[in-house]
Amino acid sequence: MSLFPHRHLLGIEPLAPAEILSILDTAESMKEILDRPIKKVPTLRGKTVVNLFYEASTRTRSSFEVAERVLSADSLSIATATSSTTKGETLLDTAWNLEAMKPDMIIIRHASSGAPHFLAQHCRPSIVNAGDGAHEHPTQALLDALTLRQRKGRLQGLRVAIVGDLLHSRVARSNLWLLTKLGADVILCGPPTLVPPGIEALAPVTHRIDEACEGADAIMMLRVQRERMSGGYFPSSREYHVRFGLTEARVQRAKKDVVVLHPGPMNRGVEIATEVADGPYSVILDQVTNGVAIRMAVLYLLLGGQSEVQA
Amino acid sequence: MSGNLLIAGGRVVDPAQGLDASLDVLIEDGRVARLGEKLRAKNAERLDAKGRIVCPGFIDLHVHLREPGREDKETIATGTRAAAAGGFTAVCAMPNTEPVNDQAGITRAILDKAAAVGVVRVYPIGAITKGSLGEELAEYGDLKDAGCVAVSDDGRPVESARTMRRALEYALAFDLAVIDHCEEPTLSQGASMNEGPVATWLGLRGAPAAGEAVMVERDVLLAELTGGRIHIAHLSAAASADAVRRGKARGIRVTAEVTPHHLFLTDELVRERAYDTSTKMNPPLRAEADRRALIEALLDGTLDCIATDHAPHTQDDKRVEYDQAAFGIVGLETAVPLCLDRLVRPGLVSLPRLVSLLSTRPARLLDLPGGSLAVGAPGDVTLLDLDRRYVVDPDRFETKGRNTPFAGLSLTGRAVATVVAGRVVFRA
Amino acid sequence: MDAGRLARTLSRIAHEIVERHPDLQRTALVGVRTRGVPIARRLVQAISASEKRVPKLGALDITLYRDDLTTMAPNPVVRGTDIPFSIDGVTVILVDDVLFTGRTVRAALDELIDFGRPSRIELAVLVDRGHRELPIRADYAGKTITTARGESVQVQLQEQDGCDRVLLLEPEAPAAKPKRGRK
Repeated sequence: MSLFPHRHLLGIEPLAPAEILSILDTAESMKEILDRPIKKVPTLRGKTVVNLFYEASTRTRSSFEVAERVLSADSLSIATATSSTTKGETLLDTAWNLEAMKPDMIIIRHASSGAPHFLAQHCRPSIVNAGDGAHEHPTQALLDALTLRQRKGRLQGLRVAIVGDLLHSRVARSNLWLLTKLGADVILCGPPTLVPPGIEALAPVTHRIDEACEGADAIMMLRVQRERMSGGYFPSSREYHVRFGLTEARVQRAKKDVVVLHPGPMNRGVEIATEVADGPYSVILDQVTNGVAIRMAVLYLLLGGQSEVQA
Repeated sequence: MSGNLLIAGGRVVDPAQGLDASLDVLIEDGRVARLGEKLRAKNAERLDAKGRIVCPGFIDLHVHLREPGREDKETIATGTRAAAAGGFTAVCAMPNTEPVNDQAGITRAILDKAAAVGVVRVYPIGAITKGSLGEELAEYGDLKDAGCVAVSDDGRPVESARTMRRALEYALAFDLAVIDHCEEPTLSQGASMNEGPVATWLGLRGAPAAGEAVMVERDVLLAELTGGRIHIAHLSAAASADAVRRGKARGIRVTAEVTPHHLFLTDELVRERAYDTSTKMNPPLRAEADRRALIEALLDGTLDCIATDHAPHTQDDKRVEYDQAAFGIVGLETAVPLCLDRLVRPGLVSLPRLVSLLSTRPARLLDLPGGSLAVGAPGDVTLLDLDRRYVVDPDRFETKGRNTPFAGLSLTGRAVATVVAGRVVFRA
Repeated sequence: MDAGRLARTLSRIAHEIVERHPDLQRTALVGVRTRGVPIARRLVQAISASEKRVPKLGALDITLYRDDLTTMAPNPVVRGTDIPFSIDGVTVILVDDVLFTGRTVRAALDELIDFGRPSRIELAVLVDRGHRELPIRADYAGKTITTARGESVQVQLQEQDGCDRVLLLEPEAPAAKPKRGRK
């Protein structure tokens, strides 16, 4: 029986809890490779992975690249700002051109929700979603979950607050799916203009950050983009920080061993106070290591398999 | 282009005359000459209608023929062939062509083309404003003289209340209805589907139903203010239907149409089909509560007729990311099978009622010839077979567009013959 | 093989190891997951019963080194490798339950060499059942038996299966009675 019976990783929503756990457990086991003198295993030797990033992202892309190299896969990165897309080539044509080079997997980050699904329908390689529009960012949620589980020993019953621009955040959606599937208690918080309709079906919503932080095991701060101000979502970053920013005082309302996560990059002084960002609750470095481990696990589970082997 | 035709052995359903009886219909010189039992005619072709329903030809009030300008998506020839295949004997062509049909010259060009290659009757709809830019009124008098049957800026709303007021007032002089595409643009900006939980999960920007209702309310009040005739295009939301209902109760001259896809589908389909762009149109598929309200509004007369909003696109325009895809689906060839299968079969709507929604009422709404089989009426007939199976196969469509969410669906009931001015233009 | 024989066999292997490697400081037993690990642990325990110095103990997961990974097939669980010491200049004795085609050992060798440069690598197995596909041999074999290719040899251990025994099973017969202790 397969641990991960899917060809693609398009989001957290379609996954069963057991499948999510198998990714986390596999990542946990694979972490030690990063501590070896030779950080390489031959598992995906001869497999080609294309990183197709339509949105700028050094963090996620390099994380995938490291994961690919550790597993000995051949890695090809395309940052489309410099490629044929600027000449007006459609996503489909780009993908078909890549497909002609016979990659085993395409990892795509794109500004349009559903772009990975679109590729999965029209192309043969396995597709991994590295972030599509406001829809999902599954590997981010997985690495957040792994980090939380390491720090807290479990996910079930954890009280997790997700705070910020819920409307535009794919990280929020993926995390909401994952945490609720694994039995955590999530509470959402943001200004009413940034809370999307229907989200209260999965978790309670409050507009008061003090309430969200109360007794929290973990606080996940979402990035607030400055463009949201010009979109009329809230009047100023000053007011946002006062009403919805994570300050030291608010962190004190949470549990003593609270963990603060942020998908990065941070707007210091807007959604998160500088003291908190640099403080002891932050687990950003853990998140980075776990990110590579999660991505190795995902690559292994999608591309590595086995037939009956005799010892 | 007129002929002599004897349609024999069928069941005539003509709500305009209150008829539902086994009668033969004789068409001479393109007009209905006689209705009676066991008719005989010397110089007439014979169309066997045994086991079939004989209706006044169906009229689709809302079709995009794309010509002039976007012949890659559809032409008058292919669009009217699709209409005939769908059982329609007439279509009203929306003016959002390239260039926009805002001048008599363009109207005449469309009619000339239709006369040359059109398979069914084409009634052009002129623009409300020049270029459909929402500012200066177009020349309604000239447009009407050239052959326009109504005015609309469809594709776009008339944003300015003042412009809409002027349009309603001015159109009164020519007894033209103003057809509005109701959408408050600042609420639907950047949206590619209905606002709601589904859009939230899919991470897509949504347009709230209130964005349509707000404009419908406005138009109803402006119709009241001016005494003009307003027709709401492709109504999709419960709140919009409610506004129309209240307007009618107050005696305001407001009418409304609904598309088959809004009657039968919801925004859940976008999620089910994983971002398939054949689920993308404007106005978008809405919530189940809206859909049910539309059915109710159809049954209680709030909605006057069914119109397809047939909007063909090239594959390139649809085979892209969801938020980049063009809005619209085709509908001419699937409308009648869908309505027969999903409204008449389950007993929601009676057959005479459906004929009224597809023929009698559209004709009356825009004062079009047809909509009836009374003696002297145009010899336009739609022949239905209530039991014939129709499998939606886009590859076999007459329309150039392949964008339909109904692909692969098996439906019971379809038009098996279409007659225009006494000539059979389609046979299944 | 029943529990008694198994215990005696392991004891004998432990003695052989001690005989060949008097300098146990620079020796390590690395069990190949999964059943090689408890066997390696028991060997270390057996050695510690009579010796003051004891070889180091590690565990090797060769899943990521298999030569037969194909796509679209079930993926085995990765349990992780745990070698908490340097293997440079060390004599590493790989420990596994059954030696068959030799492919598992090949994978283990590849992985081990990515960890460092052992001075020597030896192989200890509980059962050698023949049918090698690669030029690999055991330095210490508990029992050597001849088997038909289609048969399967199953080692069960207290730590994982609740009892100690070795079974030789007929092919494709889930309800077949296992033959106990083949000579």
